[in-house]
Amino acid sequence: MSDEVREIIIVGSGPAGYTAAIYAARAELKPLVLEGSITAGGALMNTTEVENFPGFSDGIMGPDLMDQMRAQAEKFGAEFITDDAIELRLDGPIKTVVDSEGTEHKAKAVILAMGSGYKRLGLPDEDRLSGRGVSWCATCDGFFFKNKPIVVAGGGDSAVEEATFLSRFGTSVTIVHRRDELRASKIMVARAEADPKINFAWNSQITAINGETKVESVTVRDTLTGELRTIPAEGVFVAIGHEPRSELVKDQVHLDSAGYIKVVDRSTRTNLSGVFACGDLVDHTYRQAVTAAGSGCAAALDAERFLLELADSEVLASAAS
Amino acid sequence: MSHAIDVTDADFAAKVLASPRPVVVDFWADWCAPCKKLSPILDELAETFDGQIDFVKIDTNENMGVPAQYGVLRLPTILVFSGGEVVKQFTGAVPKLQLRKALEEVA
Repeated sequence: MSDEVREIIIVGSGPAGYTAAIYAARAELKPLVLEGSITAGGALMNTTEVENFPGFSDGIMGPDLMDQMRAQAEKFGAEFITDDAIELRLDGPIKTVVDSEGTEHKAKAVILAMGSGYKRLGLPDEDRLSGRGVSWCATCDGFFFKNKPIVVAGGGDSAVEEATFLSRFGTSVTIVHRRDELRASKIMVARAEADPKINFAWNSQITAINGETKVESVTVRDTLTGELRTIPAEGVFVAIGHEPRSELVKDQVHLDSAGYIKVVDRSTRTNLSGVFACGDLVDHTYRQAVTAAGSGCAAALDAERFLLELADSEVLASAAS
Repeated sequence: MSHAIDVTDADFAAKVLASPRPVVVDFWADWCAPCKKLSPILDELAETFDGQIDFVKIDTNENMGVPAQYGVLRLPTILVFSGGEVVKQFTGAVPKLQLRKALEEVA
């Protein structure tokens, strides 16, 4: 089986990977999707309601949306392996993707859609207290902080969504943000401001997470005055953004200084022939489910065109010899 | 057929702490999306380590005593017990390969 060379392998899932799979499957390229063992479905699997994906006027739960995208790709013939890629060899005409069982999968084209992972605060006690009050998933862990004070770090949509969700559990939820206004969309900001349990610590940066066996408080520094103060908290939810999961390909594919994969102009082409990238792996600007889906579509179309040109050149070469 | 069996606050000591073999305990809840991803991975590992390591799961919504006792504040959390003591601990979503390697050291 491992000698088989496929037309296309998609590494990663989420809106980008699944949309690429829908398009590639409809082009009858029989894509193989390595969707990840634990990350399958991508970041939306950990969200609650998605209110801004076009076509769902009543909103849709993130996991339901991803299940639908996956089912749509499967209907048109995409194949899935629910495992992680642990090695990619992207140079040359035949690309190899190795899964965690050690099985090698080969293809003429590869679409990279590994998405992004949670950004950490980078504080010394963050690892020690991770699972002891420090969390990255409000829907998973909010319940443990019933009637406890909670802090949310961040100022974007995910921070405000988490804070709004957590206010049903905590005695108070303090959003700690470096600036003096939120980056989140206006409707979400209005919702948070109207919530009596949500407070704001503006121009503030968390400099320490305190507690022996579990989180007891955070120390924040006022970014204007430099003054330090302590906010009591048993739960600290980190929502300061994401970083691209490009580690696996960093020695082969050109990245920018922040680790995002560089693509040529408005296409999804990377520096390597036959290797395309889409979704959060390339996008540090928009980062929406719908833009990720759009770029997954573009990657599949770019890959399809690449494979057609490859087939044409093979015909020409055999005709010439 | 080695799907992880359910344990509760009531039978945790008997099924986990007193077990002659190492036991993997999966702390989960039905609102935890990464827990649902982890569950088939644990079922697969339960087959790999059949006869060497036992696999159990505990619903933290129904059973709050054991999670509180072990300070579980994040889901999923996996604790590996041997001789009644925690010998390995994972919090959050952990990839399959990392779990398998850790369990090979325990088996």
